Amino acid sequence: MSGPYLAPGLPQPAAAPDGLDAPYWKGLAKGELRLQRCRTCGGWQWGPEWICHHCLSFDLGFETVAPKGRIYSYERVWHPVHPALKDQGPYLVVLVEIPAAGGVRLIGNLLGDPRQTVPIGAPVEGVFEHHDDPDSPFTLLHWRLVNRG
Amino acid sequence: MNRTLRGSIAVAGVGETSYFKRGQSPDPEFKLALKAIITACEDAGISPREVDGFASYSDDRSDPSRLAAALGCRELRFANMQWGGGGGGGSAAIGNAAAAIAGGLAECVVVFRALAQGQFGRFGQGPRRKAIYGEGAQTAPYGLMSPAQMFAMKVQRFMHDHGVGQEALRAISLAAYHHAQNNPRAVMHGRPLDEATYDASRWIVEPFHLYDCCLENDGAAAMVLVSAERAKDIPHAPAYLLGTAIGSHFRAGASVHNTPDYATSAFKTLAPRLYEMAGVGPGDVDVLQSYENFTGGVLMSLVEHGFCAPDGCNEYFVKERFLAPDGDLPLNTSGGNLAECYMHGLGLNVEAVRQVRGQSSNQVPGADVSMVISGPMVTPVSCCIFGSEATL
Repeated sequence: MSGPYLAPGLPQPAAAPDGLDAPYWKGLAKGELRLQRCRTCGGWQWGPEWICHHCLSFDLGFETVAPKGRIYSYERVWHPVHPALKDQGPYLVVLVEIPAAGGVRLIGNLLGDPRQTVPIGAPVEGVFEHHDDPDSPFTLLHWRLVNRG
Repeated sequence: MNRTLRGSIAVAGVGETSYFKRGQSPDPEFKLALKAIITACEDAGISPREVDGFASYSDDRSDPSRLAAALGCRELRFANMQWGGGGGGGSAAIGNAAAAIAGGLAECVVVFRALAQGQFGRFGQGPRRKAIYGEGAQTAPYGLMSPAQMFAMKVQRFMHDHGVGQEALRAISLAAYHHAQNNPRAVMHGRPLDEATYDASRWIVEPFHLYDCCLENDGAAAMVLVSAERAKDIPHAPAYLLGTAIGSHFRAGASVHNTPDYATSAFKTLAPRLYEMAGVGPGDVDVLQSYENFTGGVLMSLVEHGFCAPDGCNEYFVKERFLAPDGDLPLNTSGGNLAECYMHGLGLNVEAVRQVRGQSSNQVPGADVSMVISGPMVTPVSCCIFGSEATL
């Protein structure tokens, strides 16, 4: 990738002070997708929570999964609601479900032409976008359509 | 124990301030709240000093203790805030107030909502801070940060699953603007909308054009609730609460768009409870106010309340059906959040009461069963049905 998908200046993600999602952000920084999984029943859940909604166990961990998913829904944004996006033009936000993690869903951007037709249900793979801000580095996880040809 | 509110509580009076474009109210928010409450009390013929409870929603900033002190209320017996954002609490605040009266906690409860976005900042803007954590950290850095962007994702999936065309959303917007032309209170009074203008309007976020999105306004609305017995003394025919339902489905609040049943207005579990308490079905509803944060939420709300099959939206959602006085289901007859005013939907409840009283600017003849759906796609949501004396 040449540069970030969206213009700089948007709010920068940081791990929550309570520590709940810290493994997720640490994973992204290392180019890994780590999602929450229950050590008692094996159930997945997202966003992270202190208790497993499947079995009510507090014994939860984060497990690395391949960043492969399917487009569950999408939207093409035209109207900027943040000054950083004033000259951005249209962009694509996708909701991606991860079959290998119980079908949990993640938000990201769909790389490529922002005016492309977006096929709901199509397979996508993750692309890690590292931001090396010296004060607060962070990594985003984007998606691109898997070439099915 | 007969656990129902049906017919036991009445709306004795309603009141609204003038409605303004956001930031243009000459009055601060608390004064707007006071004015709407005073107007509602005058309509009810009840002194504000007799008010002994307040109920609101969406983190309204007008504190009930300050209101009671300002209005000289003799005592405060009920001070209630319905949790949750957006307009999901509009009918819930009414339900909470009604439950308090029915349960003997209070006698005369005001339900209100006041907004001055010029004083306190806008809804439709993204966060300006540099760092963000929690759920927002997983959405805002990807440019997903406004209510329109949050909900377009749900509506897109629903339209995909059921083959819904853009014209279905358009019909909802056109009906609202049509009704606003007869309503002098409406911010969009004198600003009609036609198909071509809708089609040519800019996208905010697909599938929402500009005219699929609610306004942002300043103002206040209020209503006074009392027991049905006490309502016999008021100077006009009251509107009775026939039923109300509050809540959301299994894990509706799962964060980062992870609710299992995703493409929903969140009313699937509420609608059966609403109709059961009210003792009516969708075929009995004479007039409907359905909260339009965005038209797609109205579409799913009507489906989930049984007015239309999910796969029948393209045939059902035509403008003519929704127009007062003669349409099959007159919808948002004040102009609603799209064209009257965005008072977080309490204006819709006020309009529903007006229909029962025969006082709407788009009156549906013989409107005995008048329904409100509050705040689709958030959690919790709520809905209610008002009825005339003939429905008791």
